[in-house]
Amino acid sequence: MNIDLSRRSFLKLAGAGVVATSVGAMGFGESEAAEIAHVRAFKLKTTTETRNTCPYCSVACGVIIYSKGDSRKGETADIVHIEGDADHPTNRGTLCPKGAALKDFVKSPTRLQHPMLRKPGSDTFERISWDDALDRIARLMKDDRDANLLAANAKGIPVNRWTTVGMLAASATTNETAWATFKFAKSLGIVGFDNQARV
Amino acid sequence: MTNSWTDIKNTDLVVVMGGNAAEAHPCGFKWVTEAKAHRGAKLIVVDPRYTRTASVSDYYAPIRQGTDIAFLNGVMKYCIDNDRVQWEYTKAFTNAAYLVKDGFGYKDGLFTGYDAEKRDYDRSTWDYVIGDDGFVVTDPTLQHPRCVWNLLKEHLAPYTPEMVERICGTPKEKFLRVAEMISECSTPTKTMTSMYALGWTQHSHGSQNIRAMAMLQLILGNIGVRGGGMNALRGHSNIQGLTDLGLMSHLLTGYLTAPTEKDEDFETYMSTRQFKPLRPGQTSYWQNYRKFMVSFQKAMWGDAARADNDWAFNYLAKLDVPSYDVLRVFELMHAGKVNGYLCQGFNPLLAFPNRAKNTKALSNLKWLVTMDPLETETARFWENHGDFNPVDTASIQTEVIQLPTTCFAEEDGSLTNSGRWLQWHWAGGTPPGEAKHDTYIIAQIFLRMRELYRTEGGAFPDPILNLSWDYADENEPTAEELAREINGRALSDVMDPADPTKVLVPAGKQVVNFSQLRDDGSTMSGCWIYSGCFNEQGNNMARRDNHDPDDTGTYLGWTFAWPLNRRTLYNRASADLEGKPWDPSRKLLEWDGAKWTGYDIPDIAPTAKPGDVGPFIMNQEGTARLFTRGMMRDGPFPAHMEPFESPVANVFNLKMRGNPVSRIFEDDAKQLGLSDEFPYAATSYRLTEHFHFWTKHNRVNAALQPEFFVEISEELAQERGITNGGWVRVWSKRGEVKAKAVVTKRIRPLICDGKPVHVVGIPLHWGFTGSAKKGFGPNSLVPFVGDANIETPESKAFLVNIEPSTPPKDKEGIA
Amino acid sequence: MDSPRTAVSNPPVQPMESNLTQRDLVRRSATSELPPPDRQLTPVAKLIDVSKCIGCKACQSACIEWNDTFPDIEENVGVYTNPHDLTENMFTLMRFTEWVNPETDNLEWLIRKDGCMHCADPGCLKACPSPGAIVQYSNGIVDFIHENCIGCGYCVKGCPFNIPRISKVDHRAYKCTLCSDRVAMGQGPACAKACPTQAIVFGTKDDMKKHADERIADLKSRGYANAGLYDPPGVGGTHVMYVLHHNDKPHIYADLPDDPKISAVIEVWKGVTKYTGLAAMGLAAAGAILHGLFGKANRVEPEDEVSAEKLVEEAEDLREGA
Repeated sequence: MNIDLSRRSFLKLAGAGVVATSVGAMGFGESEAAEIAHVRAFKLKTTTETRNTCPYCSVACGVIIYSKGDSRKGETADIVHIEGDADHPTNRGTLCPKGAALKDFVKSPTRLQHPMLRKPGSDTFERISWDDALDRIARLMKDDRDANLLAANAKGIPVNRWTTVGMLAASATTNETAWATFKFAKSLGIVGFDNQARV
Repeated sequence: MTNSWTDIKNTDLVVVMGGNAAEAHPCGFKWVTEAKAHRGAKLIVVDPRYTRTASVSDYYAPIRQGTDIAFLNGVMKYCIDNDRVQWEYTKAFTNAAYLVKDGFGYKDGLFTGYDAEKRDYDRSTWDYVIGDDGFVVTDPTLQHPRCVWNLLKEHLAPYTPEMVERICGTPKEKFLRVAEMISECSTPTKTMTSMYALGWTQHSHGSQNIRAMAMLQLILGNIGVRGGGMNALRGHSNIQGLTDLGLMSHLLTGYLTAPTEKDEDFETYMSTRQFKPLRPGQTSYWQNYRKFMVSFQKAMWGDAARADNDWAFNYLAKLDVPSYDVLRVFELMHAGKVNGYLCQGFNPLLAFPNRAKNTKALSNLKWLVTMDPLETETARFWENHGDFNPVDTASIQTEVIQLPTTCFAEEDGSLTNSGRWLQWHWAGGTPPGEAKHDTYIIAQIFLRMRELYRTEGGAFPDPILNLSWDYADENEPTAEELAREINGRALSDVMDPADPTKVLVPAGKQVVNFSQLRDDGSTMSGCWIYSGCFNEQGNNMARRDNHDPDDTGTYLGWTFAWPLNRRTLYNRASADLEGKPWDPSRKLLEWDGAKWTGYDIPDIAPTAKPGDVGPFIMNQEGTARLFTRGMMRDGPFPAHMEPFESPVANVFNLKMRGNPVSRIFEDDAKQLGLSDEFPYAATSYRLTEHFHFWTKHNRVNAALQPEFFVEISEELAQERGITNGGWVRVWSKRGEVKAKAVVTKRIRPLICDGKPVHVVGIPLHWGFTGSAKKGFGPNSLVPFVGDANIETPESKAFLVNIEPSTPPKDKEGIA
Repeated sequence: MDSPRTAVSNPPVQPMESNLTQRDLVRRSATSELPPPDRQLTPVAKLIDVSKCIGCKACQSACIEWNDTFPDIEENVGVYTNPHDLTENMFTLMRFTEWVNPETDNLEWLIRKDGCMHCADPGCLKACPSPGAIVQYSNGIVDFIHENCIGCGYCVKGCPFNIPRISKVDHRAYKCTLCSDRVAMGQGPACAKACPTQAIVFGTKDDMKKHADERIADLKSRGYANAGLYDPPGVGGTHVMYVLHHNDKPHIYADLPDDPKISAVIEVWKGVTKYTGLAAMGLAAAGAILHGLFGKANRVEPEDEVSAEKLVEEAEDLREGA
């Protein structure tokens, strides 16, 4: 069910408004004789559509991601365009200057590609493997927790409080990521745990 | 938001104050233009700057930043003085008639019980008179001098139009025009909406700003109705979701609260949370707290959470302070008391106040882990960029691990928008390079730590070893699995309370919503308010029926809204005491003689009789609070407080600085500036072309507003010899920035308490990474002090000085 | 009860024929004998309601992304208008004007989306010496056919709104196409679809005029007595129109011409092409004739002539080189 929905909603909004008449009047849908088109080739032709929402502000406008290739078929999906979803009740296809340029966020030259390590005192990042990075983080965290977890207060009441390591969660991640993150941080006893809601 | 974006089209008057909706939320603001086009709605903007929202307003009034309470109190007084009150609503649906203890009072800018040394109030007198029957004593005639209504009138008395002008700098006639337009919405058939954002929260008295408007909306009868409400336009796409899910120091999920050291065991914890009704027959929904809490503990720790071990209550950390909020954590870090820090998609170096302090704090860490799709200044806080980041790299001994994550376009899952809609989205692109999902990263760190605890043992390993982690591939839980866990399911058969022989939910099945959660360990649910999002009907967050019968703007078939797919909170208040809509043309709900029916999911028991049960079911009172007892640290009524750094003294108490009960650390108190040295009132904000620090990585947005600037009036430019487009230096007690000057008619000096106040506007976006030109953020200048209730930094009102300058220099040798 | 909006359906991804073809041309630059089109498309228009515009620049963003252009990241020079002018990489631009209304003493922040007006009587097309470099479709869209462009810059001179810009890279003229590629697929222009408040809407010109009437009535009810539609007759009307709150003085909106007309020089040049199809002439000859014509016009500054000449030469070099 979800896969179909992700592509295209066949529910059309009622009340087409002024514009629908113009589309009809221009003869849209007529079969044209093969003729050299003057206009630029339509760049969304044969792309894959995926429903998504804008990751910036909390209006959460509907967007459609257009890609060459379909990740659900196991192909590499290269995003070529992102545009507002006309079926979405809030934005109805519109987007703001940030949302309208989402493609260049996804494809920004400063998107991170690899785990990196900056050693103490160094003036540069160097590549590190995922395994090494994750093992290192787990080691650093466990050692600090073992050394600094306050298991009980002066009255002997269990408090399970770990104040020497803190965490900021990201308010652009999904609810599902947030729940996994919540479980992780709260089970460790991290109390210095916050997100952008506070600032 | 109490209402939804699409509901704004139903309003008659939009007040944008404490926000800049057209710039920060353009596609949500669309619904303001719809209301204007089809209802003839008017738009009022009250702001220190003439913003792009103001450019399409019907009326604009300037205000000095940080004085919104005085303005709103003035409007409330105007409404009461001119009998512009929705009386029936106010009497029935608020606590106006409740009697307050004799000891409570207000004098010289302070409420009863102030202790200057502790910077705190003894709030014991801020409470109701409780009768012998255990309920609050009321006077429905509103005659009693100690009823909330009369105390409120007394409290508002000083806020005359003249006083508003003196404090806010809003010319009296402009204030009166705004007050008049607002007061017209006291009739049941005219509605106003409040759209606000960080312009109200980022103050040391931010919570009280919002409270003042909420009270105004209540006496106008505008809460719970179509086109009304208190609409917090939240920032990030899922800041609502992360708050709902409790990713904060003092919260658990669904607004369950983290235990403190006072909560020595589970029963003690429960005893202060299962609120009993304060008036007869009221719902007081938090009486169900135990069901949600036990189901939460079961979601966390499964079989390890049992009745005989207090549902693993001791696995939870107990707080010794109200919260380890970001200011407290960075204070501790600055003091060398934090060793490690994880930053999942956040840029604290530029987001938290007092950048110099942040740099020092981060430099004290032994290690820092960042997870982000993009470069951030925080991940590179140790890198020298000349004036833009003047650090001594070699001396910084912090180990930094930077992990590349996917972004929205490469992952499935839901985000909760400002209107509480949980909307599912699907991955449309292949992640770049080796970027991984956050769920993979979190799972991997967790599993590796758990393995270390299994093999090595260590400090109190139980909550880690027993954490429920039951996923098809434990290395990377899927979004669907996590969503199902949030919704909750039956762990053993859940029986129907009406017929104990009937199985309501068989073991293993998803609960339909939180009404099926139990406190006996037979159910689990990660976040009770989200329950219903992914039940046996499937993923309700992925629903895409965009029909809207009768054009109400409700869209019940589109995705899922918490709670219970309800679109407007407190919607029972849209109908009168007989259950008829206040405005028949704007019906939301109606009592049909037996039950509530209408366009939305009722925010009350479906068969709760209209005359009996109040609409504010989450409150013990069943009514909304004009007087909020001791629930807020800085007062049961909003009172004017100046920012900590203000160009003028508090007219109610010349010696009082900022919020008298805000927490301020010693070193930060020393770093507060005074107006003789820093005469100009600065404020910070985001521009519509940008989204925080992300879009400086986007060539398109970088081109639309390429370079850091500050905005000042023509008068200030003349006073300081500053030319339009020229370089200026702006400095506060805590740091300096260099910027281009935009000299504009959109900012004009305000006359406050007889003297001119110049406003300096400082947008945020720039840093030293990305496509945009290198620049600074306002946080170099912002004081390290927060709101008294929630610790949101005072980024919207502080003091600076300004002078013409030369361009900043990058690191030598870098072009 | 909704306002008209540009997007009623999402763009197609299945292969479809373009609906704008050579046979829909009603005008072609430097071409005297164009066969009449065998059908008349319904005239379209983009309506820009300045009073609903929030100056967010979503139109600029959407334009950049749809047309794959790369505007420079410039400096701040004390204004919100960025880039500072239209360029070959920025086909549309929000121009910001802080105007104090002398009648009310209130500040009004006038924000106008600048770009090609798609004149019914297009000065650019008439000035263009290169056959088929500028065309006009029967729906009103004026489009540049870049492979036919010689980069002479006379379209810039011919435009009463100062819109086209010559690329420093490929020496060809660029401007808003009204997203002819989208319109050909039954979609509205990218800017109009994106516009958050639908201050920009797209449809048939008749419908847009009707919508404008409603908007003007609303503005008059809010005290803008001179609200009106900008559809200037001097260029035969336009297929990009504005609703202005102060239609009695268009110039306050960042120098929008009060009464735009095609320069007389262009009308003369149009006469020349009647007798001598440019195709018959060498490019250098065309340049010489143009030099002669424009040299006599007092509107053309000497440096413009020099640069125009230079551009014609460069265009030739470019062609020869290729």
